[in-house]
Amino acid sequence: MIRRMLFACCVALLTTSALAIDTGKAFDDPELQARYEKLIDEVRCLKCQNQTIKDSNAFLAGDLRREIRRMISEGMTDEQIADFLVQRYGEFALYRPRMTGKTLFLWIAPFALLLFGGFGLYRIVRHRANLPIDEDVIEES
Amino acid sequence: MARHWWTVIGFVVLLGFLAFGLTRDPNILPSPFIGKPAPEFSLPTVLDPEKTIGTDVYRNQYALINVWATWCVGCRQEHAFLLRLAESGAIPIYGINWRDNRAEAMDWLQQLGNPYVASGYDADGRVGINWGVYGAPETFLLDPDGIVLYKHLGPLNRAAWEQDFVPLINGGAKK
Repeated sequence: MIRRMLFACCVALLTTSALAIDTGKAFDDPELQARYEKLIDEVRCLKCQNQTIKDSNAFLAGDLRREIRRMISEGMTDEQIADFLVQRYGEFALYRPRMTGKTLFLWIAPFALLLFGGFGLYRIVRHRANLPIDEDVIEES
Repeated sequence: MARHWWTVIGFVVLLGFLAFGLTRDPNILPSPFIGKPAPEFSLPTVLDPEKTIGTDVYRNQYALINVWATWCVGCRQEHAFLLRLAESGAIPIYGINWRDNRAEAMDWLQQLGNPYVASGYDADGRVGINWGVYGAPETFLLDPDGIVLYKHLGPLNRAAWEQDFVPLINGGAKK
């Protein structure tokens, strides 16, 4: 009995966040609905910065969802909608920032760090491999 | 020994990025409108729905556009300063009443005083979005050509006014 209640509580906990946000279909056309859901999952709620506007029930997120619905129904492309948001809120509004001069560093940095680390690792491994086995212990102490 | 320098330099560079990133307030977003023309708008005023306030009102003069709402705590904090600023005649203040209730907004202006030349009533937040507003209060400084010079986030006060707004206005006047 207790187990069942615990299970029910867990299920309830998991569902609240989904219930909080409008879940009704925005478009009858499944293609538009899919675009809508993808877009709102990639736009940051500026008021609650670590949530997308799909996850947030702040009124600003609701307003932005409404604007995106309007723009989709007016036939704007995803690119145009992204432009609309970036013009008003900056590149930060997009969870996947586009590659521009300003965001280039953001895109390149992880690969640069990986290369840097890989190079360091290569140097260390090479260096150790060349050490005579006896001196290895002395070198490390 | 020399190869260790690379590790040290790499670590210091990383540390530099962290120091830069962690000491900035992530809630303060730079406005993409700085240096660009303010967005066009036209809204009915709070006090008289028959009248409208729009882009033309702040042309040919320096002006503040203050985004406010009765539900906004910071707006209550800055209200006394806005009243003093308006009284001093330093600059005309226009309001955008954002996502609010007209009756409550009218009460607010009647009870606390009205620092605004006029306030536009943006009930559905559409103008707010066009201005990139994400949290009231926000205050924009516009130059006589309608270019956005500065955006202040959070309650405005004398210190912020003198430090961030006045030099921009004086600097522009000398040109």
